[in-house]
Amino acid sequence: MRKLLFTCYRFVSTAFLIVGSVGALAACRPSQSAPDVTPEANQAIENKGSDTLVNLALAWAESYMAQRPQMRISVTGGGSGTGIAAMINGTVDIANASRAMKPEEIDACEANGITPVEFTVARDAIAVVVHPSNPVDQLTLAQLSAIYTGEITNWSQVGGEDRPIVLLSRESNSGTYVYFLENVVRMGEDSDLLFSPDTLLMPSSEGISAEIRQNPNAIGYDGLGYVTADQKMVAVALDEAGPFVLPSIDTVNDGSYPISRPLYMYTAGEPSGEVRAYMDWILGEGQRLVPELGFVPLRTE
Amino acid sequence: MKNKNHLRWSEFLIQTLIRVLGFSSIGFVLLIFLFLLREGIPVFFQVSPTNLFGTRWYPTFDLFGTLPLILGSVLVTVTAIVIAVPLGVTTAVFVREVAPNWAREVLKPMIEVLAGIPSVVLGFFGMTLLAPFVRETLGFPTGLTAFTGALILAYMALPTIISVAEDALDAVPKSYRDAGLAMGATQWQTIWRVVVPGARSGIVTAVMLGMGRAIGETMAVMMVTGNAARMPLSLDSIFRPARTMTATIAAEMGEVAQGSVHYHALFGIGILLFLLTFIINLAAATTIFKKRRRGGLR
Repeated sequence: MRKLLFTCYRFVSTAFLIVGSVGALAACRPSQSAPDVTPEANQAIENKGSDTLVNLALAWAESYMAQRPQMRISVTGGGSGTGIAAMINGTVDIANASRAMKPEEIDACEANGITPVEFTVARDAIAVVVHPSNPVDQLTLAQLSAIYTGEITNWSQVGGEDRPIVLLSRESNSGTYVYFLENVVRMGEDSDLLFSPDTLLMPSSEGISAEIRQNPNAIGYDGLGYVTADQKMVAVALDEAGPFVLPSIDTVNDGSYPISRPLYMYTAGEPSGEVRAYMDWILGEGQRLVPELGFVPLRTE
Repeated sequence: MKNKNHLRWSEFLIQTLIRVLGFSSIGFVLLIFLFLLREGIPVFFQVSPTNLFGTRWYPTFDLFGTLPLILGSVLVTVTAIVIAVPLGVTTAVFVREVAPNWAREVLKPMIEVLAGIPSVVLGFFGMTLLAPFVRETLGFPTGLTAFTGALILAYMALPTIISVAEDALDAVPKSYRDAGLAMGATQWQTIWRVVVPGARSGIVTAVMLGMGRAIGETMAVMMVTGNAARMPLSLDSIFRPARTMTATIAAEMGEVAQGSVHYHALFGIGILLFLLTFIINLAAATTIFKKRRRGGLR
């Protein structure tokens, strides 16, 4: 009987969950159907590409569509290469890329009569963070690489206290993971270095900050926008000659902070009409959404 | 006559309804299993066995070694059970055999409430309070270890173990206790030599159910074990981070490209997990079956 009751309890709580989510879905619906829009006025923009950018692009699209209900912007990921390939084939209006287009890709576009126009829409910077009590406040890329491959295992080897180093990383599916691996662990070179198997993979930014806050042994990295005030950021230099630079909106935008990159959107030809309006909005008002997704906006407000 | 006819009809309806519901539950399980196979089997052809059962899990770079994940799951689950079983069984004995009536009335509902705590809450508790505590008191580099995960899992398995074990003790006939006491045994001797052995098969079921709960748990484990896919081979592995199969599926499924090798690999892990729990359940079923056939108790 008690077992039965226990099962019932479970069932009821699940049922509540289902009812709750159905209710939430129903509540969402009315906001999407704008009443007085004629079908002819509908404008569609196809937006595809980088997985790093996909959440930001989605946030932009949702916010923009909320203001202009006649717009339909469909955003899909798949990677920078996918977006650029779609641009070459002329199936998208805007391609998202976390890297610049290669010359041969531009040639391929032009062979199909499309001139891609590049817009830098935001910047991505990765901050390296440690516990506030950690005396280490600067590291070179080579040191970071040695730390994350497990070659350096004690803080005393990089000028800190005699403590073991605990490596924290984002999960392997995050764009930040791949970017950090390619540009820090592999230092931008074509090698097959990997994160040490002892690296703790944290499922969220919150996981990283919780461990950094309380563990003086830990080192972690995350998108600059996700770093909270109670974590200590480390200044990073390309090599020992320096300069060691702390990440900030300014140092990222002037290019002096080494672990950062611009994020691009490419339009098929010089944009006009609705695409133009959308790009202008992204570069203007849309920048306000950028920090919320952990990226760096193009300028300080 | 009319009334009788009516009765027969409702009888028939209810029987059919129950039968349909019963068979549909089998059908659902079967469909889920087929889906799991359909999505997971391809990986066994796409990835070479040496890679698939290798020691390196870096799915972004086509290294799909599941061994650290399997061992991680086993390590965390076994440790959790080692912690939870003595606590759970003795609590059940206390609640059923020793505690005065009023205490039992308070304890039983409390234990059942424990089972209702969402695992993400326990995970958050583990991440913010238990992990720092483990690190500071035991002096490890980090508190996000297999051991911390096992502690949380033990806590989650306890209500199941206690409830089921207590039911089993409850089912031991009063005449056994009376006989034990009449033979001059103390209450303690009666409990340990008569009642607990009498409820043995029920207690084994309790342990197996607790184990099933522990091995399948995802959220709390993902939040406190650190998720490092390392081979837990050294003696201190229990106090190092570990990555379980469930946490791997949960962490990676959300972003994986559908139909990719990585996607099938995650379902492949699902199949392995299914096999593992199947083996555990089979072991439990056979122990119980053997006991019954020998004419054992209950």
